[in-house]
Parts: sequence; structure tokens; C-alpha cells
Amino acid sequence: MTLKINGKTIEIDAEPEMPLLWALRDIVGLKGTKFGCGIAACGACTVLIDGEPQRACAVTLGDVEGEVTTIEGLSPDGTLHAVQEAWIEQQVAQCGYCQSGQIMSAVALLAETPDPSDEEIDEAMQGNLCRCGTYPRIRAAIRLASRKLAGA
Amino acid sequence: MGRLGKIARRTFLLGTAALAGGVAVGYYFYKKPYDNPLEQTLAEGEVTFNPYIKVAADGTIVLIAPRAEMGQGVSTTLAALVAEELDVDLSNVRIEHGPADGAYYNEAMIVEGGPYSMFDHSFYANFQRKSSAVTAKFVALQATGGSSSVRDGFDKMRQAGAVARQLLLQAAAKRLGKPAGKLTTENGKVVDTVSGTSLTYGELASDAASIEPPDTIALKPRDQWKILGKSQPRIDMHAKSTGTAGFGIDVDLPDMLYGTVRMNPHIGGELKSFDDSKAKAMRGVVKIVRIDAGKLGQGIGVIADNTWRAFEAAKAVEVEWGDAPYPASTDAILDDYRAAMADGSSHALTDRGDAEGVVADTSSGALVEAEYSAPFLAHACMEPMNATARFKDGKLEIWAGSQAPNMYKLVGSRELDISSSDVTVHNTLLGGGFGRRGEGDFPLYAVKLAKEAGGRPVKVTWTREEDMTHDMYRPAALGRFKARVTKDGALNAVDARIAAPSITKSALDRTLPGAFMPFPDRLISEGAFDQPYGIENFRVQGVPVECEVPLGFWRSVGNSHNAFFQECFIDEVAHAAGQDPVAFRLALLKDHPVAAETVAKVAAMSGWDKPLGEGKGRGIAFTLSFGTYVAEVVQVSDAGDGIRIDKVWCAVDLGTALDPSIIEAQMQSGIVFGLSAALGQEITFADGMVEQTNFDTYDAMRIHQAPEIEVAILENSETIGGAGEPSTPPSVPALANAIFDLTGKRLRHMPLSKDVSFVT
Ligand code: FES
Ligand code: FES
Repeated sequence: MTLKINGKTIEIDAEPEMPLLWALRDIVGLKGTKFGCGIAACGACTVLIDGEPQRACAVTLGDVEGEVTTIEGLSPDGTLHAVQEAWIEQQVAQCGYCQSGQIMSAVALLAETPDPSDEEIDEAMQGNLCRCGTYPRIRAAIRLASRKLAGA
Repeated sequence: MGRLGKIARRTFLLGTAALAGGVAVGYYFYKKPYDNPLEQTLAEGEVTFNPYIKVAADGTIVLIAPRAEMGQGVSTTLAALVAEELDVDLSNVRIEHGPADGAYYNEAMIVEGGPYSMFDHSFYANFQRKSSAVTAKFVALQATGGSSSVRDGFDKMRQAGAVARQLLLQAAAKRLGKPAGKLTTENGKVVDTVSGTSLTYGELASDAASIEPPDTIALKPRDQWKILGKSQPRIDMHAKSTGTAGFGIDVDLPDMLYGTVRMNPHIGGELKSFDDSKAKAMRGVVKIVRIDAGKLGQGIGVIADNTWRAFEAAKAVEVEWGDAPYPASTDAILDDYRAAMADGSSHALTDRGDAEGVVADTSSGALVEAEYSAPFLAHACMEPMNATARFKDGKLEIWAGSQAPNMYKLVGSRELDISSSDVTVHNTLLGGGFGRRGEGDFPLYAVKLAKEAGGRPVKVTWTREEDMTHDMYRPAALGRFKARVTKDGALNAVDARIAAPSITKSALDRTLPGAFMPFPDRLISEGAFDQPYGIENFRVQGVPVECEVPLGFWRSVGNSHNAFFQECFIDEVAHAAGQDPVAFRLALLKDHPVAAETVAKVAAMSGWDKPLGEGKGRGIAFTLSFGTYVAEVVQVSDAGDGIRIDKVWCAVDLGTALDPSIIEAQMQSGIVFGLSAALGQEITFADGMVEQTNFDTYDAMRIHQAPEIEVAILENSETIGGAGEPSTPPSVPALANAIFDLTGKRLRHMPLSKDVSFVT
């Protein structure tokens, strides 16, 4: 099976039923994408497929059509994405486990809606659970990232 | 307010008197029974001063923060304690967790774990404190919990930095031929300000480490702090924003295999038989083994070449399970609670005046009575349980995110019958802990599978379903509260009875069978008996319930249910007495000005004295836990399709605020954690199995339900308190009281979603 991941073409030898999440983590070695539930209920595994946020635990290898971007693909040359910069400035992460997924959802939101309202933030981010309760800072970071992107 | 001012001034004077007079303290290192574990780990050219400081061959200063980083920012704050006194910027050091070792034992966690309140300084309480400090040293548990890391490290880690700085100064004095008193330090260097010469700590380290440490050491006064007391950028923030932070689940070793377990869902039950013929033939499956884990039950383990393949194979094994040791349904389990509540024997950790008599006295004012309940709860850490182990040439290595890493040496050595010195534990970051990651089950299963892997490492990851159905649960609890209010509206007596199983007993039974507790388990009634309310006749009975469901320490532990019971009840009493809930609490707290000030502060922040508009309600609650005073106001509104939690105000007093940004984050975190439980979390049993299996049936608060949270940090308390847990207990009663204000309906059972709907 051939996949395009973070700009690279990657050959994966696995059964088509394997969820993309486990191929990324255990075969390709990209561990930034996290396992939280396996049933598309927590958002920890969020990646972009052709820019659309998708739960990698619920997309099988056989169903992947399009280019996959993981958290590692956001800053390929070490230059942080505006969303990541905002996350650091707002000191969002606590345990950090959900944050790859949160950041990928926020990137997708801002690409689609550069200046989201509170309702739009809530709508786009409610699939991403955070057991550490970083929501107040996530909201602040998304607003900051939106300003950064507008200024760029 | 007047009294508060006095206390604050007294603290300040004590602090400055001690320092101005140059009173030096006899410090930790001479009293410690442990060698410096870093000595064993030194590479060529590396030097260590004490268990918290190492200087690498290239001059890099390495600080050890020996507590689990599970999101609470502890690695940053602990390192800051050392860095402040050592005089080096946090950006100029490397921070490591360090080895798992008894030298890093947690005394604070054990000392305040006795059956007394924080402000009880009776002979008995102080005697217990002293003897448990000795026990702590002896047991030497390197543990993260009880919001104790900073309380435990506050003196000893600053002393570690100060001693090392002294030695570096002396080494430089020798080198430069100047008295040490003429030299100073500046961000990792010793400087001679007269000549302008400077020497880096790296250049001085090996000379300095050979100098005999001083007998006494003075610490910097607070007004000279450069790092502490100010928000620091967290050291783990970059990695956690780029997907590069290494959690237990991300461990990657050469030649590594992947595994999972499937234990009897009738927790603790046996595996009668299994057929793995189909599973064994599946792609990537290496081995399927039977697991017998004693009290934890029996089940199967799968080793494969990929986590998902292990999951799929585990599902495909056909099994016949035996029964659980506890009754099959929640209702049947709670029968034991109800029986204990009715006539079980009890202990009263607070019993003053004649609560029973006054409550029974019908000639006085109104009687207020209420019964409350709270359910079993799961921890549901974001990162499912996992651990990696390798057993090769008689040596065991374990990699895991752990709240009790040196306990894993015991787990591993017991299982493999090897010496604990042949066990090495590598602690990773934790994707949430909340008390769950202090348990020994997940490392044990990794060790069991490693034993079958021919010397290869095996990373054993649980499915979310396995995690949620094999937790050590926050126990269910029942509370029965009675009060008598005098005719002029004063609270005369409270008589409370709380029925819950002992978590400590459950934990000891599975970890150290045969061990017993010398005193009643404070966890049953903490959050109620130990509150600073000046109630003249006050009794809190704890009734231990026999319960074979495995129970564990859940963020804020007993406070999590008892604060709900008692703070809702205080609100009911205030209402019955015709008084404002804030004024009522302030009157009860008049002898504890630190506590009263948090209530006054949160009332002011929330505009309590101004009326709310139509369709809104607000409630207040206060809890002292883990040495920290927290008052919260929750404001709710009727959103048409359910109740919305609009805003939470939180006033917290933990004495000394070492890092305001981290403290604010912890308050927000604890509040969301508590409110998550209120919105609908409940673990129930049917056919002996937990009914909730994943986030679809056991959810937590989501961003669209999350309130705005405003935090004010006060520093009136004389002692330093914890930050990780104390904001959880008052969050739920403040919400329940707010809903009463909005709807006129008293909510006495958790989750609150049993009686009202929230916006979803
Ligand atoms: S792991 Fe994919 S949504 Fe939870
Ligand atoms: S930061 Fe811990 S789960 Fe979100």
C-alpha cells in the first residue's frame, strides 16, 4: 500500500483493515498521533487528510484517499506553525497527551475559518477531549493563532 | 479581615526574623538514610553534589525533578526550587526525572495522611505526624500524589541548590585565591565582581564536589527570589506542542514486540478456560499466554508485532470467565453500603460537643436532614494504561509513566524472583495520572509478557475498554447529614455519617497483602471531618463498608465525595436558617481567617452582592484539602435545552505561590475534572462487569460545555499547600448549589445529570 504522509511517499505492508493510527504509530514510527479510545470518541488521533480533520483510529488504511498530515508534518523544518506558537505562548498543555489532536483540529478550523466565533471554536473542537481541562487556554490559543495568521 | 492582617504580618515577621538573624537550619542531607543514587549513574567526567544536581562532562547542569510529570507542571516547579538557590536560569539547565530510588521518598504525602485535620496540633496529631515521618523514610515510597510534591520538596530541594552553590563558591575561592565571601554567583557562574573574572559551574564542579558540605545552610529570603513566585515557561511545553513528548505509550526499543492484555471483566475473577486456536493463526501474533495476577484476577496476554494486531487477536480468543468476588449489580453492591449506614460500626474523627443530643433536642430551632450519594468513578486518563518491559540475562527493565516508580522494583522482583537491585525503572511522561498511575497492575502485566518474549522488550498497551473496565475505582459513598439550627438562625449542631469503603485497605490488600492500617482510614470522611467550620457540636462518623470492587485514589480522593455532601448540606442549612450562603459560611469560619478570606474574595470576584438576571443562578462552596484553601462560585443559566455552566470563580490560598501560571492551570484543571463527574460520569455494574467501556458511555466535559474560569491566588496561609487536587472538591457542590438557586431543586445525588439535564 502506498501512502503520502507529510509530503513523503511511504510504502506500508499491512492489511487494509488496519486503522491508519496504528500504521502511523507502529509501522511508520510517527508517534505524535495518539491513541485514546479507538472509536472516534476522543480526538487524540486527529490527523489531516487532504486538509480535513479525520480520526485516524476510525480510518482504515484501505480507505485513506489523499495526503495525510500528522503533527510531525506541521513543522517539517523545525519552524513552528502559528497554532503551535500560540499553544506555547498560552502554555496550553498539561499532560499533553491530547494536544497533538487538539492542535490538528485547530489547524483545520483556522484554515477553513480564519476568524472563528466562540460558537465556531466550540463546534470544531468538541470532538477533542482533554481530561486535564485545558479548554480555557485552548480557546485563548486559537484566538491568538487566528491573529498571528491574519498578521502573516 | 483584621485578624487576617495580623496573621499575614506575623508570618512575614517570622520569615524575616529567621533570616535576618541568620538562623541556619540543620538540613535534610545529614538526616537522610539513603545514598545519592546519581553516583551509580555517573558517566565519565560527570559530577554530582546530591540527589538533585548533576553536572555533565560538557558543563551542562542537570537538575533532578523526581516526581511524575502528569500535566501538573511539577518538573518545572521542582527544578525551579533547586535553580533558585543554585542561581542558574531554568533555560540553562537540563531537567530529568532521574532514577527510581528510595532517596526520593515522599514524606509530605504520608505525614498528612493520618486521621487528623491540618490545623489539629494536639499532642496526638503531632505524635502521629512524627511517627509517620519515620515510617515514610522507612517505606521510602517515591510517589507522586496527595498534591504533595511541592510541599515535600520545598525545603529540601532549595537546600540542595543552596549547598551546591556554597561548594561552588568555595571551589572558586580556592582557585582564585580570594575569600568566598568576596565572590558572588550569577546564572551558572561564580563571579569576582572586582576583577570581572568568572568561572562556570561546569569548570568548578569536580573541585566543588570533593569539598565537605557545610553543616548548616541559610536559604534566600523571598524578596530575593528571581525564579520562584514568577510564572515560568514550562519545560515540557515545546515537546507537548510538537508531538515529540515521550509518553509510556511511545516507548520504542530495538527489536521491540507489542502486546496487550484481556483480563476477566468480572474483576478479580478466574479464567476457567480459553481457546486461542483462531487468534494464534492471525497475522503478526507471536504468542498468547495465560495471566494469573492474584487479586487482580486472571486473563490472557497477547504478544504480536503491532499493537492493533495484538488487540484483534485478544478479541478473537474464546474465553470462559469465572465470577467476580463482589455482588453482580450496583444495587446489590450498594446493599452493603445501606446496611453499614443503618448500623455498621463507625469511627468519628471529629466529635466535639454533643452533636447527637443537640440534633435530637426538639425544643431548639429547625431540624435539617438530608441524604446524599456519589457513584463509583473511573480515572479515564487520556493515555490508556501501558508499560514496556524487557527481561534479559537476569535483569529486568521497565519503562512506564508512573506515580510510584520505585514500587515497580518490588512488582518486578517479586514476579521474577530476582533482587530489586536487578530491576531498573525508566519513568516517562504520563498522559494523565489522577491517582491511577500509582498502581502496580500495568507494569506487572508488562513483566509477565516480557518473561515470555525471549529477552525482547514488549510494549503492553491496553485498549480503552480494558482500561475503563479494569480501573481501581473511586468508591461510591453515602452521606447522611443532620443539623439543628437555633431559633435565631445559628447553626448549633451537625451530625454526619458517611459510609464508604477504605481505599487504603483495598490498595494494601492488592499491593502488600498482610499489611494492616494502625488507625482508621481518614479517606472515608476527609473533606467533612477536617473542615475549619466553627460548629460547636460537630460529629462526623466514618463507616467503613466491606467492598471487593478494587478501589483507588482518584483526584482529591475522599474530598471528592465528602465536599459534595457537606458543602451542599451547609447550603441547605443556610437556606433553612434564612441566611445568605456566603454570610453563613463567613460566620462559621470566623476563627479561620485564611479560610474566610477565600470565601470573601470569591464572593467579591463574582459580584455576589449584586442580583443576577432572570434565568441565572449561582452557588458557592469551600473546601480545605491538601493544605490548600479553595472557595468557588459557579454561575449557571437556563439555556432552554438544558443547564449551561457559564462561569466559575476560584479563590485559592496555598500559602506560597511558586508559579502563578501553573497554579492557575491546575485550578482550572481540577474544576473541569470535578464538573466532568457532575455532568454524567458514573461507573455501574451488571452481571459482575462494569457497564461503561469507553468515552461513548463515560464521557467528560467537552470544550462547548466548559465555563470560563477566573482564578485569584492568595498567600495568607502560613504553610505551603498542594495545587494538583484542591480545586476539584468544591466545584461540584458549588454547581449543585447554583442549580438550586436557578431551579429551587436540591440535587443530592451524583452525577447531577440524574436529576437535571445539561447542555450537550
Ligand atoms: S483514538 Fe481516535 S478518536 Fe480516540
Ligand atoms: S493536556 Fe492532558 S488530556 Fe489534554
